[in-house]
Amino acid sequence: MKDSGYTIIVKGLVTQNPVLVLTLGMCPTLATTTSALNGMSMGLATLLVLLGSNIVVSLLKNIISDKIRIPAYVVVIATFVSVIDMLIHANFPALHESLGIFIPLIVVNCIVLGRAEAFASKNNVFRSALDGLAMGLGFTLALTLLGVIRELLGSGKIFGLVIYSEHYGALLFVLAPGAFITLGFLISFLNKLKKTLTLKGNKNHL
Amino acid sequence: MKRLKSNFLNMFLVLSGITLIAAYTLTSVYLHTKDTIQKSLLTKQLSDVNSVLPAHASVDTLPVVIKEGDENLKVYRAYDSTGNIVGAAVESSSNNGYKSRIDIMVGFDRSGRIINYNVLKHDETLGLGSLMQNWFRTGKSSILDRNICNCNLSVSKDGGDIDAITAATISSRAFLFAVRNAYFAFTSHVETVSKVQQSKSDSTMNVIESISKINKYVPKTR
Amino acid sequence: MTYILIFISAVFVNNIVFSQFLGICPLLGVSRKINTALGMTAAVAFVLTLSTIFTYTVQKLVLQPFHVEFLRTITFVLIIASLVQLVEIVLKKVSHSIYHALGIYLPLITTNCVILGVALLVVKGDFNLIESVVFAISTAIGFGMALVIFAGIREQLSLLKLPKSMDGIPTALIAAGLLAMAFMGFAGIVK
Repeated sequence: MKDSGYTIIVKGLVTQNPVLVLTLGMCPTLATTTSALNGMSMGLATLLVLLGSNIVVSLLKNIISDKIRIPAYVVVIATFVSVIDMLIHANFPALHESLGIFIPLIVVNCIVLGRAEAFASKNNVFRSALDGLAMGLGFTLALTLLGVIRELLGSGKIFGLVIYSEHYGALLFVLAPGAFITLGFLISFLNKLKKTLTLKGNKNHL
Repeated sequence: MKRLKSNFLNMFLVLSGITLIAAYTLTSVYLHTKDTIQKSLLTKQLSDVNSVLPAHASVDTLPVVIKEGDENLKVYRAYDSTGNIVGAAVESSSNNGYKSRIDIMVGFDRSGRIINYNVLKHDETLGLGSLMQNWFRTGKSSILDRNICNCNLSVSKDGGDIDAITAATISSRAFLFAVRNAYFAFTSHVETVSKVQQSKSDSTMNVIESISKINKYVPKTR
Repeated sequence: MTYILIFISAVFVNNIVFSQFLGICPLLGVSRKINTALGMTAAVAFVLTLSTIFTYTVQKLVLQPFHVEFLRTITFVLIIASLVQLVEIVLKKVSHSIYHALGIYLPLITTNCVILGVALLVVKGDFNLIESVVFAISTAIGFGMALVIFAGIREQLSLLKLPKSMDGIPTALIAAGLLAMAFMGFAGIVK
């Protein structure tokens, strides 16, 4: 049975959120979320790559035979990543500086190759584009959320907007350990939330 | 439409086709963005230079490069409207940061007084070493308005006049090292500036081998 | 002396997992048992060293001289992917025992960001060939150390009774965070 467009979106954003549920693409998630802006930018860059590679892979799915699948997908993805890399460098040099090697590393983000392999190679262009968009948005959402929490706790700001003085910020959250710990608690919080919601849902059914 | 069977010919053709299209796309995007990237780099460099200099009318577009040990120092001279040097911005660096390299830009006026500084690139601990952009501007830790001839630009722990960033002495040491180096580059350069201009006025970039060499072997009265 | 510095820096100070955030997927994926962690480390060390030599050579002999550095990402990825395939084929033919030990980890390595990350860091750090190789090996050791320590912790954790919502990935992440904090203590020892 094929999912409807609505289900594809809900899956990408919530029920199969690449970061918070599937725990894929952890490296950029942890490394680039020192601030909300960085996290969101990384998410959007990945979204563009996902969208592009899903569309192209879906278009080419019939002429790419099974044995050359992986190299062909890798070339397509790497092309999109390089294009995005150059566009960011040209238009947002400061952002390019702060994301550093994590832009080229989108190539090895398991989500991108994973969606090409698991979804785009089996579905039509429209559905693949929708899936790329949904997964990308889910990724962006998770990274922005993590970025907001870390920036707020670490330096008292959200998107650079001062909420409270930096002196009271717990530096830990901006540093490496904070990334792991924040994500750990975030996922467990969502697990708890999900459980409570399903319990409630079941009661309503009864 | 059914998926193609894997035989050598169609695998070869498809992969070559995809690679060629990829190469074409990348090359065109590269050619398209190259100038913008170059321009934004230049704009950033210019604003870095201008932000640390005293009031001036024009500034070198290409720096004089001075080699000091492993470091390459770049000196951008600034001139007033009549063409006299009013000061210089020196791009300096230290490899001894807490994590890795620190690049800074320091501006001096003619007498060697520090006008302003800017941290261009660093990888210091957020919230500790990274404070250097603002730390050395106020109170006992300020390096602004100082002239290295009459003060000791090193951290107070090492007997210097500058208060290090709390809990980031190594970062502070590396920073002040780069500042001192910039100062040496500046002074040695001011002494040799006319000579360099005469001998290599047509070349676009002047490279001075080593500051210490110049100080030793070039007679000061020439 | 430089080599020792590169070694200490790559293993402890700038540990690839805990301070550079590369290779988190294998950290969470294959670190449930110390044995699998060791196997993964060996496979990574092997491929990492080889791929660094290849990518370095291509960078210096092709990409730089012809000014086509904008093709770096795509070239490196293809080199790594083909290399992994090649290693798999050769190992299958040459040594069955090694293939059995490392074989199952090889396909995972193509999407392991440590390999591409190190190739890119070598370019960024402007290393020479020997420094690059030392850097690659040290990084693999650092990666292995992180994986083995972490596997040890997780073996202990699996014996505990945890709240349902914290079980699995969340606890692993928090433990990794505490380890990362411990690794922060190494910062500055190279000075």
